[in-house]
Amino acid sequence: MLKWVLNIVLIVFFSGCKGEKTVALDANKVFKSKGVEIPLHTFESFEPLLNIDDGKTRVINFWATWCKPCVAELPYFELINSRYPEHKVEVILVSLDLPMHVESKLIPFVKKQKIQSKVILLDDPDANSWIPKVDKDWTGSIPATIIYRDNTFRFYERSFTYNELEKELKKLL
Amino acid sequence: MKTLKILVGVAFIIAISAFAIDKVSDTEIDKGYSIGDIATDFSLKNIDNTNVSLADYKEAKGFIVIFTCNHCPYSVAYEDRIITLDKTFKSKGYPVLAINPNNPKAYPDDSFDNMIKRSKEKGFTFPYLFDDGQKVYPQYGATKTPHVYVLEKTPEGNVVRYIGAIDNNYKDASAATEKYVEDAINALLEGKKVPVEVTKAIGCSIKA
Repeated sequence: MLKWVLNIVLIVFFSGCKGEKTVALDANKVFKSKGVEIPLHTFESFEPLLNIDDGKTRVINFWATWCKPCVAELPYFELINSRYPEHKVEVILVSLDLPMHVESKLIPFVKKQKIQSKVILLDDPDANSWIPKVDKDWTGSIPATIIYRDNTFRFYERSFTYNELEKELKKLL
Repeated sequence: MKTLKILVGVAFIIAISAFAIDKVSDTEIDKGYSIGDIATDFSLKNIDNTNVSLADYKEAKGFIVIFTCNHCPYSVAYEDRIITLDKTFKSKGYPVLAINPNNPKAYPDDSFDNMIKRSKEKGFTFPYLFDDGQKVYPQYGATKTPHVYVLEKTPEGNVVRYIGAIDNNYKDASAATEKYVEDAINALLEGKKVPVEVTKAIGCSIKA
């Protein structure tokens, strides 16, 4: 009898979850310091993030603390993140900082700037193999941004102002 | 009234031509060199205050032209490997010429004085040239640092034979399994076709 109840509870629980498909990426490692957590990914563990079809629009920005134009446009991504509801738009900031700089540069930067968007580290040194998988036309310079929803995928190798970024986002809402 | 019409017409023409000039320079920057193109020579100031051109190297069989700079962690990660490339291939006829394409106004670390300093600290064995006015890198189509162009000297000029990264591991030279630049030059020295002609890499965007 107890087993039956448990089974029913489990079924209800899982069917409840079904509509809200969360895709958890398996990080290869997580950097933790000063209350900031940054998961580290190879391209293999990162790639599923580019192929989620749950109706949510994802704004994925490739940046690094050493990249001035990237740092200059980060506030616009943060603004998008705070202005749009979580279930509609997700902003993911993909840092290409060197792993040896995560604790000395990246984490202090995230903490100081109070970054609210999700920050992950993409650490895959064989860039020639994965850059074309992000977009065939990407030369590898940053900032670069992907905005996608389900099967509609847009790639931008450029900097944005807030208005430009929001305009591109709205095309995919 | 007639003068007004003429004025409007003139203004219109100026606006159109300004737009056209803008367009042309845009496409030039976007294009850059492809494999097989002839690279134009340059005359750029070296850290010893002399000017360096490709034509100065009478004995060279070709060149390893590397757009690099001081401030970029990816460039810094490759500095020792750039020195090794120069030491290995200069005697074989392929010297390294490093060019800093950045505007020091955008990156003070990349000023001419800081180039001299960095070269001394690391013991650069090759010229480290300053693309003053940021005129050379758009001709090549370099978009980031480090960005390598291997040129082969031929009777027709310096032909672009390889464009891209130094190897396939920016973090750790000993873990690199593909040494693109080395392989390209070894192939050229043997009179063979370069095995991998174009590669992509993450780098620091060049800031004019």
